[in-house]
Amino acid sequence: MHVPDGYLDAATTAGTAAVAAAGVALALRGARRELDERTAPMAGLTAAFVFAVQMMNFPVGLGTSGHLVGGALTAVLVGPWTAVLCMTVVLLVQAVVFADGGLTALGTNTVLMGLVAIGVGYGVFRLLRAVLPATRTGVLAATGVGAFLSVPAAALVFVLLFGLGGVADVPVGSVAAAMVGVHLLIGLGEAAISVAVLGAVLAVRPDLVRGARDLARGPALAPRPASAGRPTAPTAPTATDAR
Amino acid sequence: MTRTRTVVLVGVVVALLIAGVGSWYASSSPDGLEATAAEQGFDGTARDSVTADSPLADYATDGVEDPRLSGGLAGVAGVLLVLALAGGLTLVLRHRSSGAPTDVEADSDADAAADVPAGRD
Repeated sequence: MHVPDGYLDAATTAGTAAVAAAGVALALRGARRELDERTAPMAGLTAAFVFAVQMMNFPVGLGTSGHLVGGALTAVLVGPWTAVLCMTVVLLVQAVVFADGGLTALGTNTVLMGLVAIGVGYGVFRLLRAVLPATRTGVLAATGVGAFLSVPAAALVFVLLFGLGGVADVPVGSVAAAMVGVHLLIGLGEAAISVAVLGAVLAVRPDLVRGARDLARGPALAPRPASAGRPTAPTAPTATDAR
Repeated sequence: MTRTRTVVLVGVVVALLIAGVGSWYASSSPDGLEATAAEQGFDGTARDSVTADSPLADYATDGVEDPRLSGGLAGVAGVLLVLALAGGLTLVLRHRSSGAPTDVEADSDADAAADVPAGRD
């Protein structure tokens, strides 16, 4: 859903650019807390991977296609603030080098696919993780639902922006129905790809998935002294230790 | 346990294969926004990006005739560019207080941070 130049008027475009700039500024602060020795190597890879998979448009019927946005997936892998930075880099390269998404619309696209897709995708993920069992299946289910909802949410925000400052004189209601309808279908693909990719990483190195660190166990994954963190399964104290 | 460096390398290779080879098989139908714009009649206001003359515009490489090679090269270039930019940015931002005491600033080799052993918090 890369918005080209010319769909939205100058004021709306400038407004989204300001929101995007503020979001990226916050992300630059937030990412410092997220990026540690395990997240940092994954962040560049995650951005490159998202760029690659965004090239893979899949058909959703009716002569229409969609591609992964990757908001939920990226946020679960490297943390939401780092995800905003990764997505911004992807969108910047797409706009500047590949003429994919307008250059003046870069702020709009950063709001839609960076802030909204990541915010909704990760927000739903965290909500579901709080109620689902702390298992690999729970993480995958939370990611899948977050990924699914993130796409129509971004489409809906585009419709809101179009209602505020769409250049063409088109009834917003029918744009909303069409946009949300097709992006619900694309959201299914988003969920399937996100779950498949996350499942693969969880199978190999669950500790590299920032949104699933609470699942990781074992001495190799517990660099802290046992007394500093929550006790992990292998060192459960017996009754005689409890003094 | 698979080493972090191995995971990252495999991931980069997969991304390069997807962008360089797999993208040929991607659907060329308009995406959800383009299709909606055409159907609802607001596609007419779209303007060409000022970067439309970029040598890699629209995921095609200028001067490469074969469309498959042209798209593949563009994809590979994009993956490497994003990897360098996002990897560089996150290396600069990476906080070192909890990491192993590697001198990231003095070391421009992106691989240096790719395999830091688990450090102490």
